[in-house]
Amino acid sequence: MADLDQLSADLLSRIGAAADLQALEAERVAALGKQGAVTQLLKTLGGMTPEARQAEGPRIHALRERVSEAIAARKAALEAAALERRLATEGLDMTLPVAPAAAGTVHPVSQVLDELAEIFADLGFSVATGPEIEDDWHNFSALNFPPDHPARAMHDTFYLQPEAGAIERLLLRTHTSPVQVRTMQSQPPPLYIIAPGRTYRSDNDATHTPMFHQVEGLVIDRDIHLGHLKWTLETFLKAFFERDDIVLRLRPSYFPFTEPSAEVDVGYTRVNGRRVLGGSEGWMELLGSGMVHPRVIQACGLDPDIWQGFAFGVGIDRLAMLKYGMDDLRAFFDGDLRWLKHYGFAALDVPTLSGGVGA
Amino acid sequence: MKFTLAWLKEHLETDADLETIVDTLTAIGLEVEGVENPAAKLAPFTVARIVTAEPHPQADKLQVLKVDTGSGEAVQVVCGAPNARAGMLGVFGAPGAYVPGSDLHLKVAAIRGVESRGMMCSVRELELGDEHDGIIELPDDAPVGAFYAVWAGLDDPVIDVNITPNRQDCMGVHGIARDLAAAGLGALRPTEIAPIAGAFPCPIEIRTDDPEGCPAFYGRVICGVRNGASPAWLQQRLKAVGQRPISALVDMTNYLMLGYGRPLHVYDLAKLSGALAARRARDGEEIAALNGKTYALDPSMTVIADDVEVHDIGGIMGGEHSSVTEATTDILIECAYFDPAHISRTGQKLGLSSDARTRFERGVDPDFVGPGLDLATQLAIAVAGGEASQIVRAGEPPRLDKQIAYRPERARELGGIDVAEARQEQILGRLGFSVERGETWRIGVPSWRRDVDGGADIVEEVSRIEGYDKVESTPLPRAPGVARPTATPEQLVERKVRRSAAVRGLNEAVTWSFVSEAEADAFGGSAWILDNPISEEMKAMRPSLLPGLLAAVRRNAGRGAANVRLFEIGRRYLADGERPTLGLVLAGERTPRHWRSGKTEEVDAYDAKAEALALLAAAGVPVDNLQSLPGASGVYHPGRSARLALGPKNVLAEYGELHPATLKAFDLDGPAVAAEIFLDAIPPKRDGGGRMRAAYAPPALQAVKRDFAFLVPAATAAGTLLRAVRGADRQAIASVSLFDVFTGQGVPEGQKSLAVEVILQPGEKSFTEAELKAISGRIVAAAAKAGARLRD
Repeated sequence: MADLDQLSADLLSRIGAAADLQALEAERVAALGKQGAVTQLLKTLGGMTPEARQAEGPRIHALRERVSEAIAARKAALEAAALERRLATEGLDMTLPVAPAAAGTVHPVSQVLDELAEIFADLGFSVATGPEIEDDWHNFSALNFPPDHPARAMHDTFYLQPEAGAIERLLLRTHTSPVQVRTMQSQPPPLYIIAPGRTYRSDNDATHTPMFHQVEGLVIDRDIHLGHLKWTLETFLKAFFERDDIVLRLRPSYFPFTEPSAEVDVGYTRVNGRRVLGGSEGWMELLGSGMVHPRVIQACGLDPDIWQGFAFGVGIDRLAMLKYGMDDLRAFFDGDLRWLKHYGFAALDVPTLSGGVGA
Repeated sequence: MKFTLAWLKEHLETDADLETIVDTLTAIGLEVEGVENPAAKLAPFTVARIVTAEPHPQADKLQVLKVDTGSGEAVQVVCGAPNARAGMLGVFGAPGAYVPGSDLHLKVAAIRGVESRGMMCSVRELELGDEHDGIIELPDDAPVGAFYAVWAGLDDPVIDVNITPNRQDCMGVHGIARDLAAAGLGALRPTEIAPIAGAFPCPIEIRTDDPEGCPAFYGRVICGVRNGASPAWLQQRLKAVGQRPISALVDMTNYLMLGYGRPLHVYDLAKLSGALAARRARDGEEIAALNGKTYALDPSMTVIADDVEVHDIGGIMGGEHSSVTEATTDILIECAYFDPAHISRTGQKLGLSSDARTRFERGVDPDFVGPGLDLATQLAIAVAGGEASQIVRAGEPPRLDKQIAYRPERARELGGIDVAEARQEQILGRLGFSVERGETWRIGVPSWRRDVDGGADIVEEVSRIEGYDKVESTPLPRAPGVARPTATPEQLVERKVRRSAAVRGLNEAVTWSFVSEAEADAFGGSAWILDNPISEEMKAMRPSLLPGLLAAVRRNAGRGAANVRLFEIGRRYLADGERPTLGLVLAGERTPRHWRSGKTEEVDAYDAKAEALALLAAAGVPVDNLQSLPGASGVYHPGRSARLALGPKNVLAEYGELHPATLKAFDLDGPAVAAEIFLDAIPPKRDGGGRMRAAYAPPALQAVKRDFAFLVPAATAAGTLLRAVRGADRQAIASVSLFDVFTGQGVPEGQKSLAVEVILQPGEKSFTEAELKAISGRIVAAAAKAGARLRD
């Protein structure tokens, strides 16, 4: 009996001491191989008396079991150690930088256009467009500009060289208001539209560029009055600037295409030397508006005794500057990557009503 | 338009303070742009008397004064003015006072060893004029110790208002006063006109030969005038609003112009020969105008001329030759009505603005031609003496007898403001309108409001005086339910490609719609050239978005940013219309230097192709059906560019490496590639089935992959082979992709090896070996038709 215990202790100790998988395999063969010590013992069971077998059998089987387990455990330990050694040699410098992906941006003018479209969609306004190369009738006459209005002068309006044989000189639209005219002419009222786009005036100094962006708003319906205009502008500006303390001041003014006309001032507060819209520490002129002049409605083929409404116009670049803090209009059109990355918007900053119309 | 508070009060009887007046002006549409009180900066200066004046012991040109400032003890002042002398009254500034004209704060100082405790001031030091020859001398009755500005009548705030072009009546103080009176700020003082009867017939013939441009020309002569400096009150009025006093008679006309919006002109009778008539200018005529410039005139312009020459650009500016001087003894006063449109055209043509033009082109009150001449006579005699002739009235000013039918409910219906009928009548009455009430009101428009001609104008008058602040915010009607989408398909495409481009690492730029003609010419020329460009750089409407983007690439390169990925969405301006387009430019390196890749890789035409395809896919174009066709425009490298088309006709985009000549034209070193997507050519999405997707039916069996390597002539386009392979078995072939292009060892000269992977998708049953063999055979046969043979 002592022999069996001795054998067990010997085998387990040698297995535990096997230095590598090869030595372990030798131990396995020595114990469990055909000629192995445990195998030999198992073979002796056949020659035993039933009584002896009953007594010895479980002990020898238990020994085989112990040895198998010890080999498996040692194998796992040796493999784990080997893996650990390998991994220890495979280390990489995880501080090495990865290649940066080019980060694209959306121009602030486009972003603000999307914001406007979102806000005005909620108010029931769709987005209309029209040509930038316009004729005098759509840009001036239909909008009730008298024939000698100074805005028609060369120093305000860009004219195009006439095509050979053309009777009329075309021009670059000086405002988005011709879209009002085209919409009234082409669609039956009621009309609720905004018309954003490029506009042009012969102006070039620190705060004016010969090209700029404007958005026009137009409502033509039956019972629309100045109060609706006021509400629409308040609602729009509160949503756009994401502030409830936006205060408007309507001032009587003059535009040929509206009557009554109102210049709209927005209250601002000074924060760290910057004028921030909201409150009423001071007033900033922001947009022009009014009730569409009956002569304009008539020129567009509608009956001004039935249809009336309001129109307004505001600079998109200006809105962007006031909301996002750019101070140089000229930089909008330069394509300077530094500026585009600083003031541009991430591709997925899509303005939505649920997510907000600011980014 | 500037005026002072005191001047306003000549026309308006009011107790209102300055702040109320300023707020009211803005509220009724006369926007106040600034208020300045010249007395503010003169507050520290007082009237003082020089008691003694002794020579300075150390300096010949200085004197030591003892000055009585009214405070008791005499103050010692060192003074360098040659006119300083004992007994004289002047303006004193004590230590601590800020001297605006010298930009210094006075302090007690020793001047050449003598203490000086203040300063006697010159005109220039107080910014009251340019004189600096000596200190200000005040008359003997000036009260010592009084605030100088108050005593001198300078304590009169100057109000600057912006008059909108429709308000002819507010181009004079009187009209502004009328508006304020209507707004409840007091009562308009009536203008007292005492017509002066002529003592003798007018010695000169006055005519209008141009009743269109000058319908009325009234005039009279005043003999025996002395045209010296105008009285101090008049000079002060003019100076306060920034007008330079010239002489009594000229100042008189300016005073009436500013007071009543009524321009006048005064001629030196001695310089006129024969009759004075309004007529059209003749070709070749010119005039040396009062601003020192000479203007060439033409027959579209109305002038005032005698038998010899032109003396006045009618209603705009007088001539130097017949202007009044100190030597003038007899004058002719012109009070005329010029047609606004004529004035505007002439002024624009000559590029000449003047106070008279701004008023005539808005329209002056046609009923005020006679009274204007009466007022002018009155004031001319008051400031320069003389005796007036009878009046000559040539022609007649137009009558603007306008009547408007008006329903008072319109104030609410259009203005959104409830104003009681009685209140409406009161407002209109105060503004000079006549009101005849009835079911529909008949409203008579005053002669000074030619801008008013319909019900909407009356609504504006009523609501601006009542106050726009009383207009109640009223929500727009709102359709029930969630707001409907409003974007058009074109707008959706634009949004998708914009955001996709940004996702792909492109930066959106906005560049000018106009480029230089040279830049446009590099892109085939512009269909639209500006007649009056701001500069040569901004002269031609762009035929492509690329010139603007390339110029931006160049500017960025100039700032050290060589790797640029820019895009823009905007219009190209072609002869037949404005085309929405996306342009993109990639310049420099595709992959910057990095430790993983080792070296940089420069952009090439395939990068442009990749962007174009990705953006077209984002726009919903079935990109698998697109063909790359040769024939991109000449701005591209002829062998490294293509057009992307759906079918042979519908070109959706162009892309490629830019032609070296293009790079040179934009001063770029390259490499640069570009693409333009013609957004208007993208076919509209067929939206037949609504939002519902096709039923989901993934293939039941696994696909089979087979590789083929073909040899083709080097010139054969890979696309040709791929198309042929794809078409070999439409049923079984799910996709074909090219994974290797090789020339060199093992490939015969003049040929190239193209290796493709074909994915075969079995349907109900797995492919048998025989079926696979048959498909392979079809693929090889189809490739053979395209000139390819299977590589051994």
